[in-house]
Amino acid sequence: MLKKIRPGWGLLSVAIFLGIWELVTRLNLVPGQLFPPFSVVMQEFYYLTTNGVLGDNFLASLIRVLIGFCAGSIAGIAVGVIMGWMENINKALHPVISLFYPIPALGWLPLLMLWIGINEMLPIAIIFICSFFPVLYNTVTGIKNVDKDYIRVARTLGASDVKVLATVVMPLALPNIFTGLRLEAGMAWRVIIAAEMVAIPTGIGALLMKAESLIRIDIIIVCLIVLAVMCLAFERFFQYLEARLTTKWR
Amino acid sequence: MPSIELKNICKYICHDVNLKIQDKELMVFLGPNGAGKTTLINIIAGLTNYEGSVLFDSVPVDKLPTHKRGAGYLFQELVLFPHLDVAANIAYGLTAQKQSPGQVEARVNQLLQMMKIKYLSSRYPKHLSGGEKQRVALARALAPSPRVLLLDEPLSSLDVQTAKYLRTELKQLQRRLGITTVYVTHDLQEAEEMADRIAILQNGCLEQVDEPEKVFFYPQNERVSDFIGAPNILDCDYCRSLGRGVMEVGCGGLPIIVPHDGDSIQRIALFPRDIYISDTKPPGPEVNRFRGSITSIKSAHDAVKIEVKAGKNSLLVEIPHHMFEDLNLTTGKEVFLILKLRRIRIYEKKDL
Repeated sequence: MLKKIRPGWGLLSVAIFLGIWELVTRLNLVPGQLFPPFSVVMQEFYYLTTNGVLGDNFLASLIRVLIGFCAGSIAGIAVGVIMGWMENINKALHPVISLFYPIPALGWLPLLMLWIGINEMLPIAIIFICSFFPVLYNTVTGIKNVDKDYIRVARTLGASDVKVLATVVMPLALPNIFTGLRLEAGMAWRVIIAAEMVAIPTGIGALLMKAESLIRIDIIIVCLIVLAVMCLAFERFFQYLEARLTTKWR
Repeated sequence: MPSIELKNICKYICHDVNLKIQDKELMVFLGPNGAGKTTLINIIAGLTNYEGSVLFDSVPVDKLPTHKRGAGYLFQELVLFPHLDVAANIAYGLTAQKQSPGQVEARVNQLLQMMKIKYLSSRYPKHLSGGEKQRVALARALAPSPRVLLLDEPLSSLDVQTAKYLRTELKQLQRRLGITTVYVTHDLQEAEEMADRIAILQNGCLEQVDEPEKVFFYPQNERVSDFIGAPNILDCDYCRSLGRGVMEVGCGGLPIIVPHDGDSIQRIALFPRDIYISDTKPPGPEVNRFRGSITSIKSAHDAVKIEVKAGKNSLLVEIPHHMFEDLNLTTGKEVFLILKLRRIRIYEKKDL
């Protein structure tokens, strides 16, 4: 008989990992200057938090991610709905979208640096591109996958095209749309860090680069922990939202 | 409720179909798979384009899109919206008509009560049984008070018992609401039970449109006869009541007992598979047991067809291959037949 795994087990494994980390570094099994103990990293985390350095950089990254991700996702869903619902528009746009979709978001960076310049718009534009295409693809797939019989039934019940789209097609496409949002929410953080490392002087990515130039491994690890937590938090948020909206009927 | 008229309808397999369905009538489209039954009701609902004309109460509706035709459609797969609970499914058509929340609630409650599913109102379709889904889907189709009701094999996915029960309910409901209805099926028994009239479709052509008894006893051509299973049809020379709901009819010299308590009987019919055959005299009372001689034996892929001369009648009997191998049957041999009492169909004189 299968037993439900309690959340405590997950925390225990993290605690064991951190314990081993602390032990290995304290016993000097690895060079201390390249791999500081967990307690030292936490001290640095506390220091960076209290002096505002971490907060300022985190906020800069967060705002960029939120604006870029929201704009990219909304645009992706809007264009995806139009393409999924109107076959002619889908046929017209699909070749263009297919051409741009495989380009990695960071591949746009040199071009955007020349077009937009190095300013706040640059990371936002990168996140927009990173979010737009996958969300669009998932939205188109979600809408096209809706069983045509549901649409036919809605029509026989007197629903106009707009009502069919809003009350039948969109809700039934939600699981696919959320898959896109969930994956890209984490991806947005990965991309913003990369963009900030390369081109932007503020944000968690920029802090990472500064720490690297100063050979501050503890700060690098603090930044990576923040990144991991934010990726996870964003993905979990959409997982929760999806569950709230679709679990009752799926 | 309007009458429905199809004029020179052409689409896919359907070719030049002309048909008039009367106001409040329950017309059954009967035919094998691929005969064009669903295509025709899709045309009535406006779910597909077509050549020809559809008229509701003599007014063409060809230019009206589906959502303005007022046709309630019950799909074969029922297709309940999975993301809406039962009450919201039923309310869907009402909100599409922009009825006020009060009106919607009142109508939904009325339908929940009418279909005896009030206890299901807050459940989602994934938690419903087949029969419950069927009731919800019917309530949803009826909610916007459609002008016509189109039912596409709505009971085909249910078990035999539930389907039989719901068939009776459906028929009663149709009578009570007086709604012009088209019911699609490939099941002859279902068609007989439901129909005011049956339209038999074969390869997109209307072969016969008639009352169920007439389709059965007077098939218009061989294609109809083959489809309904080529029954043995016997004319009755006399008919007398034996009391207690039992009558005796004389058919070509055979006194046949039938369960009947109505007017005099003109014809009886019996499917070949509903006649037992034996090479030895069967035990039991001498009721509906006749002696005959085999005139021909034909082996088909699913059964052996044996023609037996009994009295002045030539009766076709169908038995499985394995049973034929067990019996020692040859042409000219004397055999005994037993007619299954409850399987005998009756055509009364008043029907003429």
